[in-house]
Amino acid sequence: MCLAVPGKVVSILDEGDAALRRAVVDFAGVRREVSLAFTPEAKPGDYVMVHVGFALSVVDQAEAQKIFQYLAEMGEQLELGPEGSP
Amino acid sequence: MKFVDEYRDEQAAARLAALIRRRVTQPWTIMEICGGQTHTILKSGLEDLLPAEITLVHGPGCPVCVTPVELVDRAVAIAEIPGVIFCSFGDMLRVPGSRRSLLEAKARGADVRIVYSPLDAVRLAQAHPARQVVFFAVGFETTAPANAMAVWQAARMGLENFSLLVAHVLVPPAIEAILSSPQCRVRGFLAPGHVCTVAGYQEYERLAERYRVPIVVTGFEPVDILEGVLMAVTQLEEGRAEVENQYRRSVRREGNRQAQEIVREVFQPSDRAWRGIGVIPLSGLELREKYRRYDAATRFPTADSPREEAHECIAGLVLQGLKKPPECTAFAVRCTPETPLGAPMVSSEGACAAYYHYGRREAAS
Ligand code: SF4
Repeated sequence: MCLAVPGKVVSILDEGDAALRRAVVDFAGVRREVSLAFTPEAKPGDYVMVHVGFALSVVDQAEAQKIFQYLAEMGEQLELGPEGSP
Repeated sequence: MKFVDEYRDEQAAARLAALIRRRVTQPWTIMEICGGQTHTILKSGLEDLLPAEITLVHGPGCPVCVTPVELVDRAVAIAEIPGVIFCSFGDMLRVPGSRRSLLEAKARGADVRIVYSPLDAVRLAQAHPARQVVFFAVGFETTAPANAMAVWQAARMGLENFSLLVAHVLVPPAIEAILSSPQCRVRGFLAPGHVCTVAGYQEYERLAERYRVPIVVTGFEPVDILEGVLMAVTQLEEGRAEVENQYRRSVRREGNRQAQEIVREVFQPSDRAWRGIGVIPLSGLELREKYRRYDAATRFPTADSPREEAHECIAGLVLQGLKKPPECTAFAVRCTPETPLGAPMVSSEGACAAYYHYGRREAAS
């Protein structure tokens, strides 16, 4: 029930009253209207985590990359065997 | 899908598992709180990737599962009142009540509808002014802002035919209940990433310190969960007990302030019974005085009928991580998703459903 799905903000609807602000969000090709009441900072091109029709956060794309950079670095070490453990 | 697919990458998962193997020197039991995480673990076979020293136990993070049978019974009774449109998330429909589930009530003629968002229920109330629309507000901190917003909007529109049957629960009091049990063998926690997206994790810092237990705020995909386990194991091996945030792409320490504000405006903490576990102080939410007229429980007083639950169901123990589903004698025999005896077998976040669907039918070691 706590499922939240990332989608890309395509466009923002009814600017004005922050509590009723909505956006069109694209989920891998499926578009839905989502409330931006809790993420007024979201703008087109951002990814938002959506739960029961509300965007709960804007995805921090730099943070999202970090684990893969780390694993790429570690990968070489891991393939070298058990020495040099972090 | 971006921010999903890459976190399911098998090579990344294998590397994380290798890092965990390197770091672990002794047995550790770690609990993932959220049923969504339980499903990922079972579905992706993450336990097979982990070294034998690590035991994952599944926590109470399934709001549908912990909704007391009395509340399910009340939902059914309200749904059966002529003229009521009863709205719920789909998960709740097949949860067994004492006499019947919402789905069975629907089959007998009650107007029970599945909605995607609580705002859909508000729209139904607008569209049917002569009917009473009731929304079954089940969920953790993640769902509370949406449900609070529905009440707030209904109040602003002056809708008099909309109400909530509130069944909200909070995560930190449940973690504390687990930690203060003498049977507790959990040494580290993966905290639920979407709950913390809303609520932040300051409250978990007090728990980590008080109970000397590492808590890692964790996401829901295989790479997230393995990184969360790696972070928890690293802390345990180093003798640290802190709150760390694996799910940095969504969670900030202070959480989402706008979301917290609307929850505080509409709800206040209250004592709550958890199905199979019992009453946990201040572990639920109720409507504040100002919004009490949107409370379906007062709007539709229903007589309490005798409650009945399957004796064989050990959902309470499963939800506290004390037993795994295959240890239940009814599991996959008398209790299946088609003939459920308990909520964890029908909820999409229930541990019993996860074991059933992903073929883990043998009793875990
Ligand atoms: S398998 Fe069914 S009866 Fe057993 S604990 Fe799970 S829900 Fe209850």
